Amino acid sequence: MSYLRIDHVDKVFTSGARATRVLEAVDLSVEKGRFVTIIGHSGCGKSTLLNIVAGLVSASAGGVVLENRQVDTPGPDRAVVFQNHSLLPWLTVYDNVRLAVDKVFSRKKSRAERHDWTMRNLELVQMTHAKDKRPSEISGGMKQRVGIARALAMEPKVLLLDEPFGALDALTRAHLQDQVMALHRTLGNTVMMITHDVDEAVLLSDRIVMMTNGPCATIGETLDVALPRPRDRVTLSTDPHYLECRRRVLQFLYERHHYVEAA
Amino acid sequence: MTMQITKDDLVDATQADDRSIDELYARRRAPLIERHGARIRAFFAAVLPPMIVLTILLGIWQLLCIKPTSALPSPSRIWSEANDLILHPFFIAGPQDIGLGWRVLTSLQRVAIGFGLASGAGVLLGVIVGQSRWAMRGLDPLFQVLRTVPPLAWLPISLAAFRDSHPSAIFVIFITSIWPIIINTAVGVRNIPQDYRNVAAVLRLNHLEFFWKIMIPSAAPYIFTGLRIGVGLSWLAIVAAEMLTGGVGIGFFIWDAWNSSRLSDIFVALAYIGVTGFVLDRIVAAIGAFATRGAQAS
Ligand SMILES: Nc1ncnc2c1ncn2[C@@H]1O[C@H](COP(=O)(O)OP(=O)(O)OP(=O)(O)O)[C@@H](O)[C@H]1O
Ligand SMILES: [Mg+2]
Repeated sequence: MSYLRIDHVDKVFTSGARATRVLEAVDLSVEKGRFVTIIGHSGCGKSTLLNIVAGLVSASAGGVVLENRQVDTPGPDRAVVFQNHSLLPWLTVYDNVRLAVDKVFSRKKSRAERHDWTMRNLELVQMTHAKDKRPSEISGGMKQRVGIARALAMEPKVLLLDEPFGALDALTRAHLQDQVMALHRTLGNTVMMITHDVDEAVLLSDRIVMMTNGPCATIGETLDVALPRPRDRVTLSTDPHYLECRRRVLQFLYERHHYVEAA
Repeated sequence: MTMQITKDDLVDATQADDRSIDELYARRRAPLIERHGARIRAFFAAVLPPMIVLTILLGIWQLLCIKPTSALPSPSRIWSEANDLILHPFFIAGPQDIGLGWRVLTSLQRVAIGFGLASGAGVLLGVIVGQSRWAMRGLDPLFQVLRTVPPLAWLPISLAAFRDSHPSAIFVIFITSIWPIIINTAVGVRNIPQDYRNVAAVLRLNHLEFFWKIMIPSAAPYIFTGLRIGVGLSWLAIVAAEMLTGGVGIGFFIWDAWNSSRLSDIFVALAYIGVTGFVLDRIVAAIGAFATRGAQAS
C-alpha cells in the first residue's frame, strides 16, 4: 500500500473564457520514506502538481491521498520549502522556525520543549550561529537552510521541496544537496522534490518522475535509481548505473520531449 | 628559492600590519574634533543651509515691511510686540490668556483622540477592503469620493449631530485623516506576497494569527505611509476647525487675534503650528521606520 498517492489529477486554469489544461491524468504512488524527484521542462506544471499535493492549489479532477486519507487543504503534515525561501523578513531566523513550532506543537509541547525543538532543527541545518539574524542579513544558501529547518520542524509526513536550490551557485548547491541527503538518511522523511537539474535528480532520488511538456502535461516515464546509500558525488561520477540513469533522464528531456518555446 | 621569498614576504607583511595597528591607535587618540569630524560636518551640512536661507528671507521681509504704514508687520515689529509669546510658551495669566505652548497642547490632545480613533478604524476598514474583493468593489469608489471632501465641509454636519464643539472638532479630524489610512492599508494588504499567504496556509494560521503575524507586519510600510499622511491632514483640520468652534486651541487663538487686530501674534502662532506639524510628521515617520525595520523583503 502506498503512503502518498496522487490519483488521476487534472488541473485546468480558467481565466475569463480561456481555459488551459495544465495537468492531465497524473498518477503517482510514493512509498513511505522514499525520496522522489519530479523533473521536467520549465512551465510544464511541476509547481502546480506540488502545490496540489500541498493543498495550496485544488485539483480540477482527481485527488491526493496521504496515509489513506484524502487531503485537499494545506497543512503542516505536508511542509513546503519554497523556491524563493519565503521566510518572513520581519522575523529573525529563530522566530521564523519558532513560529512554525509554536503553531504545530502548541498543545503537544511546553514552552521550553518548543524552544529546544526550534534549536534542534536549526542545529540540523547548522544555522544556530545566525539564529538572531534577519533573513536579509544572511546568504541565499543560509535562507534555504532555514526554510528547510522550518519545514522539518513541523515533523511533516511528506516534505515538499519546490526547486529549493534553483537560485544558488553550484558549490552552495552541492553542499546543500549533501545536507539534504544526510537529513533524509537520519530522519527518513518521505520527500517529494522538484528540480530541473539532472545530476541533482539522480544523486538524491530513489525514483525520478519525468514530466512531459505542457499543456496537458503528465508523467511520461518514471525511473528507479537503485544506487546504494550513502551516496558520494565523486565516486558516483564514474559509476555505470549512475551514468545510465543520467543518460536515460537526459534522453527523455532532450530527445523525446525537448523544450518547446511556449506557443 | 621561491619558498624563501614567500616567507620573507610574510614576515614583512606582519610587520607592516603591526605598523598600521599602531597608526590606528594614534588615530584613536586624535583630538575630539578630528574623531567626530564627519559627524560634525554632517550636522552643519544639515543645519547651516536652512539657517542661511531663513536669515535671507527674514532680511527681505524686513526690508519689504520696514515702512510703519505697511499692511503686515516686519520681523522686528513682531519681535517687539509678541516676544512674550515666543519666550514664554507656558505662562498662565487667566482662563483665556495662556501661553501658545498650552494652546498647541490642547489642540494636540484633540488630534490625539481623533487621529487615534481614525488609525484604529482606518486600519480595520483597510484590512477588510484589502482582503475582500467585494468589499473593495463596493467601498473603494465611495472612499475615493469622500476623501476629496475638504475637512471644514464636515463641520456643519458634525455640529448638527453632536451639538457640541469639542466632539465636533474631534469628528472632523477623524473623518479627515481616516481616508489615506484606509486606502494605504488596503493597498498594503492586497500586496501581501502570495508566498507569505502560502506559509500561513501550510501552518494553518487562523484569522487572528494571520492578522497579527502576517498581515500587519507585511502591510506595515503601507500603513505607516497612510498614518503619516493622516497625521498631517489632522493637523491641517484641527487648526481650521478650532477657528470656527472656539475653545483654547491654537486655531481659535488665531481667530481671536485677527478679531482684535494682533497681527504679530498671528505670525508667531503660524510658526508654532508649522513647527508642531513638522515634528508630528517626523515622529510618525520615525515610529514607522523603527516598526518596519527589516520588513522589506530581500
Ligand atoms: N494561477 C494560474 N493561473 C493560470 N495559469 C497558471 C497559474 N499557475 C500556473 N499557470 C500555468 O501553468 C503552467 C505550469 O506552471 P508551473 O508553475 O506549474 O510550471 P513549472 O513546471 O513549475 O515551471 P518552472 O520550472 O518554471 O517553475 C504554466 O504554463 C503557467 O502559465
Ligand atoms: Mg515551478
